[in-house]
Amino acid sequence: MTKSALTVIGAKPLSEDTHSCWSCGSMRAAHFCESCGKVQPPVPVDYFSFFGLPPKLDVDVPALEKSFYELSRRLHPDLNARAGSQEQEWSLEQSSLLNDAYRTLRDPIKRTEYLLHLEGVELEEQSKSATEQARATGVMKKQIVPPDLLEEVFELNMQLEELRMNKKMGEGDPALIAEIGKQKLSLEAKHEALLQELRTYWKSWDDLVDRGHAPTEERMQTTKKMVDVLNRRNYIRNLVRDVSTALEE
Amino acid sequence: MASDRIVGIDLGTTNSLVAFMQGETPVVIPGDDGLNLLPSVVALDANNQPVVGNAARNSLIETPERAVYSIKRLMGRGVEDIQEELKLFPFRLADDMQAGEVLRITLGDKTFTPPEISALILRQLKRSAERFFGGPVTKAVITVPAYFNDAQRQATKDAGRIAGLEVLRLVNEPTAASLAYGLDKKQNGIVAVYDLGGGTFDISILKLHDGIFEVIATNGDTHLGGDDIDNLLINIALDDVRGDLGLDLRRNAEAVQAIRKAVIEAKIALSSQPSVKLDIELPGGQHYRREIAREQYEELIQPVIDRTVGPCKQAMKDAGLKPEQIDEVVLVGGSTRIPKVRALVKELFRREPHTDLNPDEVVALGAAVQANILGGGSEATENMLLLDVTPLSLGIEVAGGVTDKIILRNSTIPASATQFYTTQIDGQTNVAIHVLQGERELAKDCRSLARFDLKGIPPMAAGIPRVEVKFLIDANGILHVSAREQRSGKEAEIQVQPSYGLSDEQVEGMILDSFDNAEEDFRQRQLIEARAETSTILTALEKGKKSAAWGQLTTDEKKQIAKMEKALVAVNAEEDYQAIRKAIDALNQGTMRLAELMMDTAVSSALKGKNMNETDLGEGPTAPHPMAKAEFE
Repeated sequence: MTKSALTVIGAKPLSEDTHSCWSCGSMRAAHFCESCGKVQPPVPVDYFSFFGLPPKLDVDVPALEKSFYELSRRLHPDLNARAGSQEQEWSLEQSSLLNDAYRTLRDPIKRTEYLLHLEGVELEEQSKSATEQARATGVMKKQIVPPDLLEEVFELNMQLEELRMNKKMGEGDPALIAEIGKQKLSLEAKHEALLQELRTYWKSWDDLVDRGHAPTEERMQTTKKMVDVLNRRNYIRNLVRDVSTALEE
Repeated sequence: MASDRIVGIDLGTTNSLVAFMQGETPVVIPGDDGLNLLPSVVALDANNQPVVGNAARNSLIETPERAVYSIKRLMGRGVEDIQEELKLFPFRLADDMQAGEVLRITLGDKTFTPPEISALILRQLKRSAERFFGGPVTKAVITVPAYFNDAQRQATKDAGRIAGLEVLRLVNEPTAASLAYGLDKKQNGIVAVYDLGGGTFDISILKLHDGIFEVIATNGDTHLGGDDIDNLLINIALDDVRGDLGLDLRRNAEAVQAIRKAVIEAKIALSSQPSVKLDIELPGGQHYRREIAREQYEELIQPVIDRTVGPCKQAMKDAGLKPEQIDEVVLVGGSTRIPKVRALVKELFRREPHTDLNPDEVVALGAAVQANILGGGSEATENMLLLDVTPLSLGIEVAGGVTDKIILRNSTIPASATQFYTTQIDGQTNVAIHVLQGERELAKDCRSLARFDLKGIPPMAAGIPRVEVKFLIDANGILHVSAREQRSGKEAEIQVQPSYGLSDEQVEGMILDSFDNAEEDFRQRQLIEARAETSTILTALEKGKKSAAWGQLTTDEKKQIAKMEKALVAVNAEEDYQAIRKAIDALNQGTMRLAELMMDTAVSSALKGKNMNETDLGEGPTAPHPMAKAEFE
């Protein structure tokens, strides 16, 4: 992840940014020259700007895919294999930037996390590697269980433990498995509800972007809500993963 | 044009091929034996000269200690990775191998690294292509298993360099196959490519969209293939022999190779026959005979082919697709001829797989398509673009021996990630970074790619330097690393210590040797061809002198011809093929009128049209039929 200090709100879309082509001298838009097709040196921009998009969260994914394909046809190293070595290097960099940007923006969660990151907000580390790391170093991982889930999670962990013990002994307990399966469905429903909630904050954010230079206060409020939803969502996703693994084992 | 002569090479575990896009169709270039498949076997002959292919295959049985096969299994691997292989394959490691050193294999009394052995195979293919074009070939696209890691890819690239080939792109085998397959289909949809070859298994799921071949997910096993089935059968035979005859042949390399040859034949026969009879002559004249029924055989190989199920399911899961959402399934690799494999694929993907392209050749044909795209494209490849992925996650070791993944598997390549590092001690000027590849959480369970030493960080208080390290996986799936200290703006020096593989200097040293030879070989071949032409034109001239047309030439013309003839004879005795060609051209020009007169008088002559320069050959009708029948492996 790039730690760019770019102010996102009000950033100029890249397409308005004109330079002249290093090769033919005509005015160009962004990544390749419109008149001679040559790949241009990469400019450090955020992923939204790379696609000429405003930093809004409700992205039209099919349209994004279309521009990804179009840009790939211009920037990919395979199509610039006969160019000079400098141009080939730009093509490699531009095309990796394109792929990184597309991968991040097409996924709703990664896109939101990326925007928060641009806003200077960091998420709690709840990834699996952080768990492993904590385990390996013997340090307790900071993990905040959402209060409303506390009881449920406690219960679920007990059941999972029982399931593992059963499996170790070579016993099956269909009732227990059915119960855990039900819990899993309920967690998945919660997960879906959180995604819906996240979409409502997307809308608030996008409205702020449309209004132009929004007050810091309002921006922070919206990002805080998104961080909260994402943390809860990550927590639930990890639970679902643990349950799936336990059931599959 | 020479610069457009980019060939596509399938460097296989069992067989290798070279192909080229002729007009709008990719075709396989046959070897000097007229066959499309070059067995990936290398041996040293009695004079310690390397031989490759069918010639080397005979030596597997006669002088097994001077031959090697399935070298692809050792590419980019360390000695600790190949313990299983050593039990099953007759690889003879050099006696003086050190831990951490690149593997060296003994052939006769010489040793070779796996990239050098692969380079010998590549050089043979290069020669076939040069004969086909009548000129040097220096650029190639080489295919690798999609699931090859960075070290295995790098080793393949090194092999290309050693063989005197600039490797313009490494293409994943299943993806290459999809290019060949997609060339005449031109349709949109989701395609799964199931590629079970001699030693590797890949599954790739692609989305085809108006000429863009976008890989969504890939998975596989770089040590699973027909070889494993052969080894099962060999072991059964060896056990039988020991049980029935009390003869332990495990250490008898000739006998093992004779058995291997017989079981491979049996395996192939069992794809079309209900049963097969083995009859192998053993040392001492006794015969080992056994009848294998298809049912028994299928039961035996089930565990091997079942190992392809896990990767297929994982790839579908990663792609977020269910079997019903996959529109087509394509089979690639010789082992997909086994009916049981086809049945398994049908069950997994719930549809009849496509088998219309020759599974031995489709990868090479696809490599030729990719070579054409890189060379600027043609009408057939217009709009075609391959977007491939990295098969394994890239990670960095962080505190506690944990892997922090920075580029996830199935990310479209080129892909990059930037990490920031700082120092822990005041004045510290170096930072060590350990790069890993794999899916496991702990560093020790992942594949170590390289250790980087960031050097030359300006001395500052602990935690102040901010070193930006950029990791970039290129379109070949190979990692590049660059670093910059942000506070001073200084480029940090990176010292790479690849965990496996040859250093640049080592590769350089290997190139020179074999490259010099290759040049010499090429020169020799040119010389032989030029001299053959000299003899043709001189014979034709003798014939011309006896014809009626000769009398119609002026004395001056006759004198000129005699002078050029003398010059040709003189230069023909020398070693310079270019000078010979020049003299041939001159004589051709000088005898033009004679040839015309002979034509006029309706006397047939070989004088005209004998000027076989290289452009004529390049466009000549020497191309083989692309669908030639596979040779027995």
